[in-house]
Amino acid sequence: MKITLKLFATFRNGRFKVAEQELAEGTDVRQVVLSLGLTEEEIGIVMLNGRHGELDSKLSHGDTLSLFPLVGGG
Amino acid sequence: MDKIFRVNMTDLTTKIEEVPAAWAGLGGRGLTSTIVAAEVPPTCHALSAENKLVFAPGLLTGTAAANSGRLSAGAKSPLTGGIKESNAGGTAAQMLAKLGIKAIIIEGAPKTGAWYNLAVSANGVTINEEKELLGLGNFAVIDAVEARLGKKTGVLTIGPAGELKMTAANISVKDPDSKIRSHGRGGLGAVMGSKQIKFISIDSEGAKAVTIADPEKFKTAARAFSKALLDHPVSGEGLPTYGTNVLVNILNEAGGLPTKNFTTGQFEAHDKISGETMYDTIVARGGKHKHGCHAGCIIQCSQVYHDSEGKYVTSGFEYETIWGLGADCCVENLDDIARADNLMDDIGIDSIETAVMFGVAMEAGILPFGDGKGIIRLLTEEIAKGTALGRVLGGGAASVGRTYGVTRVPVVKNQGIPAYDPRSVKGIGITYATSTMGADHTSGYTIATNILNVGGYVDPLKKDGQVELSRNLQIATAAVDSTGMCIFVAFPALDIPECLPALIDMINARFGIALTGDDVTNLGKYILKTEREFNQKAGLTNVHDRLPDFFKTEPVAPHNAVWDFTDEEIDEFWNF
Repeated sequence: MKITLKLFATFRNGRFKVAEQELAEGTDVRQVVLSLGLTEEEIGIVMLNGRHGELDSKLSHGDTLSLFPLVGGG
Repeated sequence: MDKIFRVNMTDLTTKIEEVPAAWAGLGGRGLTSTIVAAEVPPTCHALSAENKLVFAPGLLTGTAAANSGRLSAGAKSPLTGGIKESNAGGTAAQMLAKLGIKAIIIEGAPKTGAWYNLAVSANGVTINEEKELLGLGNFAVIDAVEARLGKKTGVLTIGPAGELKMTAANISVKDPDSKIRSHGRGGLGAVMGSKQIKFISIDSEGAKAVTIADPEKFKTAARAFSKALLDHPVSGEGLPTYGTNVLVNILNEAGGLPTKNFTTGQFEAHDKISGETMYDTIVARGGKHKHGCHAGCIIQCSQVYHDSEGKYVTSGFEYETIWGLGADCCVENLDDIARADNLMDDIGIDSIETAVMFGVAMEAGILPFGDGKGIIRLLTEEIAKGTALGRVLGGGAASVGRTYGVTRVPVVKNQGIPAYDPRSVKGIGITYATSTMGADHTSGYTIATNILNVGGYVDPLKKDGQVELSRNLQIATAAVDSTGMCIFVAFPALDIPECLPALIDMINARFGIALTGDDVTNLGKYILKTEREFNQKAGLTNVHDRLPDFFKTEPVAPHNAVWDFTDEEIDEFWNF
């Protein structure tokens, strides 16, 4: 299956902004995070198709996964 | 002992008063709102002699506590018709606190057309007729006051918008680089203009260290507090790197970035105006990606933005401004937005109200969506000059909506809704609806918990838990706004258990008192209830605690969310 993976803020350093990824069926968010060399603790916000997701969320073909470190503003 | 400095602009007299016992434990917003509620007739015209303009540093301002240098300004708002507190950084708050000034109360209004400046010093306030600086922009006023009175002089000033009593006019505060921070919201610049005061100078000669009742305890608490600020990823790393503008991409992903005058929730060109792009641009052009609005700030969320030739354009370049002129007006060019930000500072007009206003003006057909150069032209040719059109625009989003017959006007109590769509981030909708200030994200920033996973998580698209979330945050914020603290201390306070006790310990050590967490919560509740009572007497009731109808009837993409709270559910907010 293919997903679109978007990275934000410091996660882009040495990586990318957006990329298509070919993943095995049943892959979850945690596996994608670890494959990027990131740790679970570094993850602030997981968005899956514009909604908040979890590290355990299973991915499906066509999903957009966005990963943010813990950041804020206002 | 701290004093109250009172200035009467009707008979041009000033006096120094003892602090009444009932006000002794108050500072910042708690004090300005208490004074306004006690002394201003709620039904008065906000631009009449009966209104009063109050400035108060916070309870911890002037101490070594990190991030404690915020100044509160309060009055009846000419924009909302209710009570207003607007707080800002800059150098003034710490100077006033070190001079032992608990509050400055400016009342009355001149009987002639003469304009004045106020000179504040350890000896009191003098009222001086001002002719030379009338009509000038805020940057020129600050330069001129420094030339006249010395580089260290503190300055509170209004630009042409305040002189013309536009309801979106702000009060500018000189920052440590002689640039500008703003008491932005609610038209307080127009109140200062109605008193015919162009600027207030502050001479810190004779300023003393603020007295601390228990210095050892204070030092220990201050250290724990600073550590919490630096340890939290938001205040310690995210804000100093990307500033508040990191939110563009997050809200865009969440579908909560109001775009094209609130007609959709995502902006195609989001990346061009994002915090990540801004950071890269600032670094490439030799600007500063971190910068503090006051001495002692260790978060440093501000920045200095340069143009392509490496020259200063603006600082304190905030998410809400960039969102408003960017996504909401569909302007893709960050340099145009930066130029407009600088102009708004110079003219002295709120960059949130004005950005929301331009979205409505574009819908009205005054200029096309995406026309960044048109925004710059209207700011310089119409608003700054006070033409008839400029005065309509300078009245804010509701003024333009009324004048041009626009029905999609994102305001609550006449004040423009900022940066977060209440249909897809429902907690902030409760804050917009119920805040005593009119639509104001800072008065109960549910984005922390709805979007940023700070202080837990409450699903932004569901109604569950939003009223309670907003209530708890509004109560806490009213208390924090009384300390002189920057509201961003809330990020660590929501997540790090040592943070809030350290803040309370600092207050206790400063005054030799023994406040508990419950006392602080009760202070927040007292402030909200005092403000609400003023608003009710002014004619703002629960009927005004509502969002505009279009949020109920127009679903916003991508989640097709609508505002679906009933009136009764919103009114539950006040059950405390």
